[in-house]
Amino acid sequence: MTSLDPVTLAVLKGRLEQIADEMDATLYRSAFNPIIAEARDACHGLYHAETGATLVQGTKGLPIFVGAMSFAVQAVIRRVQNGTPLEPGDTFIFNDPYEGGTHLNDFRLVRPIFRDGQVFCWIASVGHWLDIGGNVPGGYNPRATESHQEGVRIPPVKLIRAGAMQQDILDILNANSRVPNSNWGDLNGQLNALDLGERRLVQLIDEHGEAKLQSAFAALADRAAALMEAEIRTLPEGRYSFEDYLDNDGVVDERLTIALDMTIRDGRMMLDFSRSSAACLGPINISRATSVAACYVALKHAFPDVPANAGVLRPIEFVIPDDTVLGAGPPRPMAGYTETILRLIGVIFGALGKAKPERATAAPFGTINALSLSGQRRDGTRWVMFSFFGGGFGGNPETDGLHHANNPISTATIPPAEILEAAYPVMFTQWALRPDSGGVGQHRGGVGAVYEIEALSPGTTEVALLGERGRYAPFGVTGGGEGALTRFAWQTESGWDTPPMASKVVGVKIQAGQRVRLESPGGGGWGDPSKRPKAAIARDIRLGFVSPEAAARDYGYRE
Amino acid sequence: MTSKPIVGVDVGGTFTDLFLFDPAQNAFRTAKVPSNRGDEAVGFMNGLRALGGPAGFEAIVHGTTVGTNALLERKGAKLGVITTAGFRDVLEMRRRDRPNTWGLWGEFHPVAERDMRIEVPERTLANGTIHTRVDIAAVQDAAHELLSAGAEACAIVFINSYANPANERAAAAAVRAIWPNPHVSVSSEILPEIREFERASTTALNAYLQPVVANYLGKLEGALNQAGFGGRFHIVQSNGGIMSTATARGIPARTALSGPAAGVIAAAAIARAAGFENAITCDLGGTSFDVSLVTGGRMELAAQATIDFGLVIRSPMIEITTIGAGGGSIAHVDRGGLLQVGPESAGSRPGPVCYGQGNTRPTLTDANVVLGRINADRPIGGALSRLDVEGAKAAIAQHVGQPLGLDAMAAAEAIVRVANAKMAGAIRLVSIERGHDPQKFVALPFGGGGALHVGALIKEVGLKAALVPRFPGVTSAIGCVIADVRHDQVRTLNLSLDGLDSAALDARMVEEANSARSVVEAAGLPVARTDIRFELDMHYAGQTHTVGVPLPVHVIGGTTGVSEAIIRSAFEAAYQQAFSRLLPGLPIRIVTLRTAAIGIRPDFDLAALAPAADATLDAAARGARQVWFDGAWHAATVWSRLDLPVGALVHGPAILEQPDATVVVDPDLVARVDRFGNLIIERE
Repeated sequence: MTSLDPVTLAVLKGRLEQIADEMDATLYRSAFNPIIAEARDACHGLYHAETGATLVQGTKGLPIFVGAMSFAVQAVIRRVQNGTPLEPGDTFIFNDPYEGGTHLNDFRLVRPIFRDGQVFCWIASVGHWLDIGGNVPGGYNPRATESHQEGVRIPPVKLIRAGAMQQDILDILNANSRVPNSNWGDLNGQLNALDLGERRLVQLIDEHGEAKLQSAFAALADRAAALMEAEIRTLPEGRYSFEDYLDNDGVVDERLTIALDMTIRDGRMMLDFSRSSAACLGPINISRATSVAACYVALKHAFPDVPANAGVLRPIEFVIPDDTVLGAGPPRPMAGYTETILRLIGVIFGALGKAKPERATAAPFGTINALSLSGQRRDGTRWVMFSFFGGGFGGNPETDGLHHANNPISTATIPPAEILEAAYPVMFTQWALRPDSGGVGQHRGGVGAVYEIEALSPGTTEVALLGERGRYAPFGVTGGGEGALTRFAWQTESGWDTPPMASKVVGVKIQAGQRVRLESPGGGGWGDPSKRPKAAIARDIRLGFVSPEAAARDYGYRE
Repeated sequence: MTSKPIVGVDVGGTFTDLFLFDPAQNAFRTAKVPSNRGDEAVGFMNGLRALGGPAGFEAIVHGTTVGTNALLERKGAKLGVITTAGFRDVLEMRRRDRPNTWGLWGEFHPVAERDMRIEVPERTLANGTIHTRVDIAAVQDAAHELLSAGAEACAIVFINSYANPANERAAAAAVRAIWPNPHVSVSSEILPEIREFERASTTALNAYLQPVVANYLGKLEGALNQAGFGGRFHIVQSNGGIMSTATARGIPARTALSGPAAGVIAAAAIARAAGFENAITCDLGGTSFDVSLVTGGRMELAAQATIDFGLVIRSPMIEITTIGAGGGSIAHVDRGGLLQVGPESAGSRPGPVCYGQGNTRPTLTDANVVLGRINADRPIGGALSRLDVEGAKAAIAQHVGQPLGLDAMAAAEAIVRVANAKMAGAIRLVSIERGHDPQKFVALPFGGGGALHVGALIKEVGLKAALVPRFPGVTSAIGCVIADVRHDQVRTLNLSLDGLDSAALDARMVEEANSARSVVEAAGLPVARTDIRFELDMHYAGQTHTVGVPLPVHVIGGTTGVSEAIIRSAFEAAYQQAFSRLLPGLPIRIVTLRTAAIGIRPDFDLAALAPAADATLDAAARGARQVWFDGAWHAATVWSRLDLPVGALVHGPAILEQPDATVVVDPDLVARVDRFGNLIIERE
């Protein structure tokens, strides 16, 4: 293999990242459903010809996919090894969460790039489709006990065969969704992204030659590994343990533990999740691929300078037993995978904070609070308003936590209330920051939000929530306090009602003029609250982030 | 037609540049004076005096960064917000984003604190129905409360006011009756467009800037009056058009990118005159490299810009792509062993190592000095007498050479190569990535630094040529003089294309055109004609993003003649261009109507800038010096750029020097002087 001078390598790195970024941008702009177009629940990258390892990934894509996509490419590589013929112009499609991670809504397209009759590398696209069948519109069925209740499961099959689109595959996809047009639009957006990525990549290979690029791939992975190892060596050697909990799985009302034992030794990090709960009946299981991807996300937040390629994971060892909630297989339901990975990311932050308290970050709010409202319009057409909501970030050594932020697994922006009101028969009566929801501390947790929505539909509006943090609050670090819990309630004729399982509910029915209210958690606090400057507390009171009563109780504050 | 001079004034962070054009003589003059940060009027007036004015001037057009700086430094007015019950936190909740993709630290400070945002009972629904009439007494109470809390400006933002502004207008009238100054911004006046955060942010930032900009303009106008100036005084907007100071006082948010927009306007005109319809402007500053695209002689506009995290202004603005690579960008080898240039910067203070002001980490400028590309004995700007070459060399050897196993010269060349690759990436982003063929574009550097790198960039990206304007440092000031008068309006429509009531749309378009045209006419500058341009934001039903669809229609005899068929074919052309795949059979929607009135200014003959007729090659020659290219020292010829005659050919390796820029001609390139005095650099 040709060895590359460091300058050429830096140049090629920039060109490759640009290709992946451009694929991301193309899909965002042409996607149909707002979960891709606004919330950027999608990702693109280049993957190793034989191992499927991530070579380069877009910087704007959903962080969780950065780790998960190589598993998807590996699933295709296995098919080919087992005899599926592969030719130039092929493109695979699938959403199997056991082969490639995450959940059924995430459709993956994987395409080989051939040079001289050989696979040079793979390019791939993943995006969250709005609806893929199943018992609950949108797929977030908090009561699912097997994958088949969540939607249709497509194994890796060829959508395009040697350049020819397979209409029969499209027909199967269309027949299995409540919103086939939306899915078709998103599929076209993903194909646009792949076509563009292929064009750009071929141009780059033509310019520099196959050998030079292959050397660059190898060198970039080596450098990423070296960088990650250097970061690990900044942590004191030892074993650091941390646990956090999920309210329940939506089916059985028992808490689930996510437990981590992190060992730092000789520039390597071992992440052992063996003490975590067993796989569960409800839809918050995740596969090993998802767990590894989530670890990657947490580490990248802790060490933002490490690049987005597989080399980063080289100095890391994973222990994720198959019988735990973090290593689940078929037919375990997985629609609520986000809640579990958020808890997993949290325990990594927690353990890192124990290893190096001066760099500790308190827990972010830790739930996507997937809320769906649905019903029928006056003209009889069906509507589904499905959205994720924000909350507070944790306090940290430098600042208070950010108010109303997005989850660490995503860079999603929230759809504006006006866009939602224009599209669905609802009226927001509150869209506000939530006082007293940030954990106390020298640096306070950011506050969560209150969203109150009134139904305008003439008939019944159905409500479902797949949330978390209804019982176990976002933790503080180095003496900081917990953020507030999720609260969810809906109006009935006799007042307000709340979910029996704290944060998950389906089948709630409200009538026109009645409301639902979701209050999201704030972040945990950082540091001893008695060290918070008096002026900062006075300011929090003046701005209404902390009530005078809470200031007196939690900070001992008096005017 | 006027015969008195017109003057462009570009106030930058360090210098104020002026350009005077005298139509009677077809002659020009330039001036450069130090800016006076915090009291920009001083530098402004000093500059005018240096040009012998302002008493005899016909018009002064100004590109300003006062608004941008006030936003970045949070030095706007004390602001109050009056808004719909339940929504006072919209400004602070943003779109639920975070400052960086990776890493969860950081905070956000809104321009109006939470206790300065007051809710009032009122509600309009998405379809325009009034659900709750506005409680005027509550609005009056809110205004009094804000005033007694010290508010200097007020923003009024009601939910769904884009769909029906009645409640918001009633509240605005009530507030304006009470408010002691004109600094009241109303969302349905500033931006009648769906999406409450973007509308609220634009309106609030506008109100936040109103007192700052009004105060600044008042000061300038006072000084101009005192100096006997009797002409017109105008401001360049972020969309590249100019507006009256009355409009600027009302909509100061439109000045956010005033200075850079003026530069791109001039760049487009210079490129067009030189025979190039397509150009990529390159502005290499101390910390960043900014590029913008000019296609078919026009600059590209973006629908909105984020000035800083959470500070969004939605209004048509020149589209600037910025990357963190400037002369002060620090070169280092990361822990993975990879050479990086930027984004960390030494800025202008302490600046590069060679400035000798205390920085010890090497920058891009240090590399250029060590390679002999910048003349160490004649630093640009004139503040330093000599640059420290040996200090720069030692820093490069230590921080880049040693870790990479390279000697100082090879390391310096590596820094320039990596920086060039980053800049090339920015150019690729705005050209190739948008489907443009780089062969059809010239790179046009303005400001001082770009000309050092532009030769390498045309090779790296495969551009047709580089076009270095005769006076790179005053490009923005020239832009002020030649910019058109412009006014943009936007209106959310939310219509289906199928079964469109085209008569109603036509009436709407004519109404918008008339009101935009009247703003342009009120500016009072001589224009050759006023053009109206219509653009629709459209998409397939279900998509959230839109594509801009320019409509090929004009107002003739009180009608645009718009039809469903015209719109459909324009949409399909625009969609195909953007995404290549049409989605036949899906319903199409019209979201927003954008109307621009453009008062086309009389042509300005750039030949006025040409070199003197008696210039000769011999008189411009300044000998030769050693410059490092491709791993070895070369004897590069040195020229006084401004003394070169029209038609002069200079083969690389060569260095062309002028007071505010250094041009590098690489060994395999050739530069020629065109009839305007521009330098065109091409492959041999």
